[in-house]
Amino acid sequence: MSKLAVCIEGIALLGPGLADWPAARAVLAGASPYRAAPTVVPAPTLLPPNERRRSGTAVKIALTMGAAALDACGREAAGIATVFASSSADGDTCHAICESLAGPERLISPTRFHNSVHNAPAGYWSIATRSMAPSTSVCGYDASFGAGLLEACALVHALGEPVLLLAYDAPYPEPLWAKRPVADAFGAALVLAPAAVGRGLARLDLELRAEAPSRLEDAALETVRREIPTARCLPLFGLLARAEPGTAVLDYLDELRLAATLAPCA
Amino acid sequence: MRPLLLSRTTMTSCLGRGLEATRTALRARASGLAPCRFETVTLATCVGEVTGVDEVRLAPALRGYDCRNNRLAALGLEQDGFAEAVRAAAARLGAQRIGVFLGTSTSGILQTELAYRRRDPATGALPGDFDYAHTHNSFSVADFVRRQLGLAGPAWTVSTACSSSAKVFGTAARLIDAGLIDAAVVGGVDSLCLTTLYGFNSLELLSPEPCRPYDAARAGLSIGEAAGFALLEPMPASPAADAVALLGVGESSDAHHMSAPHPEGLGARMAIEAALADAGLGAADIDYVNLHGTATPSNDAAEDKAVVGVCGTRTPCSSTKGATGHTLGAAGAIEAVIAALAVRHGFMPGGANTRDLDPALRAHYLLENREAPVRRALSNSFGFGGTNCSLVLGRA
Repeated sequence: MSKLAVCIEGIALLGPGLADWPAARAVLAGASPYRAAPTVVPAPTLLPPNERRRSGTAVKIALTMGAAALDACGREAAGIATVFASSSADGDTCHAICESLAGPERLISPTRFHNSVHNAPAGYWSIATRSMAPSTSVCGYDASFGAGLLEACALVHALGEPVLLLAYDAPYPEPLWAKRPVADAFGAALVLAPAAVGRGLARLDLELRAEAPSRLEDAALETVRREIPTARCLPLFGLLARAEPGTAVLDYLDELRLAATLAPCA
Repeated sequence: MRPLLLSRTTMTSCLGRGLEATRTALRARASGLAPCRFETVTLATCVGEVTGVDEVRLAPALRGYDCRNNRLAALGLEQDGFAEAVRAAAARLGAQRIGVFLGTSTSGILQTELAYRRRDPATGALPGDFDYAHTHNSFSVADFVRRQLGLAGPAWTVSTACSSSAKVFGTAARLIDAGLIDAAVVGGVDSLCLTTLYGFNSLELLSPEPCRPYDAARAGLSIGEAAGFALLEPMPASPAADAVALLGVGESSDAHHMSAPHPEGLGARMAIEAALADAGLGAADIDYVNLHGTATPSNDAAEDKAVVGVCGTRTPCSSTKGATGHTLGAAGAIEAVIAALAVRHGFMPGGANTRDLDPALRAHYLLENREAPVRRALSNSFGFGGTNCSLVLGRA
């Protein structure tokens, strides 16, 4: 079975007790202890102030993560193809629509309706960055991060150009939360470039395998990995934090796992 | 891109079940649109409802997936020997070597809409029989189809509104090219639900009469539902004489507005040009364009600028949404299937319901069916968020 090879150029991360990538890197590298705390979702500076307030959690996380990953490697957003991956569309928007539809008037606001689509963050990203590059938005339920990573690496391979992967979860409020209890909001972004370019933080070889997924040593972080779909990325980000070669096996779909092997970039 | 064989295709819409029923209806210039009687909806609009979806029963092992969207998927898979063809391919290639990439916009959200009517009066909790993961979640349809077909390769749902099931062709092509899989089931399934009906109504985009793409008096879209599938494989050394291949995929973003197309059709034009470049073809090589053609005033106007800008005013075009309705996340797939039918049978469907062409639109819109060889067809799909995808299908 063949492998997909890319170079990782830029990284961003956000989750419960993980304020940003520098903070998360220190935790994942073992330099500072993990302290569980609710995710603090920042206001995306890419949006004008009035839209910043109104936008949903999914849009806020995706835009903030995307901008941070690009900043980290000094790339401009405008020409870069994007892959958005999430276990659902925006939870609050979906709840509001279903509540309206169960009422007598069935009134949905037009803005709420267009914000309900799974690709709403992609639309806002494209408008905010003026990027007309190709973009897709995928969903794999608990397997969404793996789906996004595969889609993004295959897109790098096809385009021969960098691709920005933005993965995120914006949990549902009650009553849907009881049916889909995603522990907290989470976001991860990677700028991936063709392996042949040879610059970047690390070379990533991705392969479909059947072995057991890697776990995190810290029990609280391991709980995060298991309770938030996008947090299935954490073993890979752990390798990146320690800047060490090695293989992390990421949970993907049923018996299919993704073996992510890091090596120095050429 | 390296061409991929559409080794089996199928579609089920309000025009009927399977390719033969579809082709017969298109030849008869029939429309499956009728005044909306769906569920408890009280909107003055027409819909393209697939008959018999409620009667479909899922296999016992997959009963947790039971919802309108997956019933429609199951119904679609049984037409044209599609499921058998996939199982034969799995026996040949290995179940892990076949990917499943499906488009949907709303998946089984109807299930959640109905569950919200049955919340516990005291606690607000949703009923115990409601299964979010296997019905509402966007991945549900790809998960269901993968299990129904006994496949074990990579799978996900692409959900980019109305371009979803065009984009899956690109996903499959890239994964096959990268060597991760040897074949892929691609397609789209979207089914009627209150979110889209009342949502498009809030945008004042629903036509009170069956939609009339490209008509001077067009007044919006009619929502439909459909399931469309294709099995994609690398081209064999000597393909059959009537083989149809995926030749090119082009994608772009509008960077303009969440629910309105770029007024000059710039993003659409970029997608068409990218698809032609991917196929190594020029605009003159396209014999027929299946338009996105939703029949909203702004969509048709923007798309017309894009199509005329690339292909000129002579290439025959039509929208089949007057016949099927706008099937949203399934539109890309069923229109790729219709474009493949156009190539295979040398048949270009005239647009149903359209009476008086809008003089402001300049593309060569077909009001009547046309029988002529179609070596290559272009199919356009555009959606909310400014997402654009064009496909080129044709003789390999």
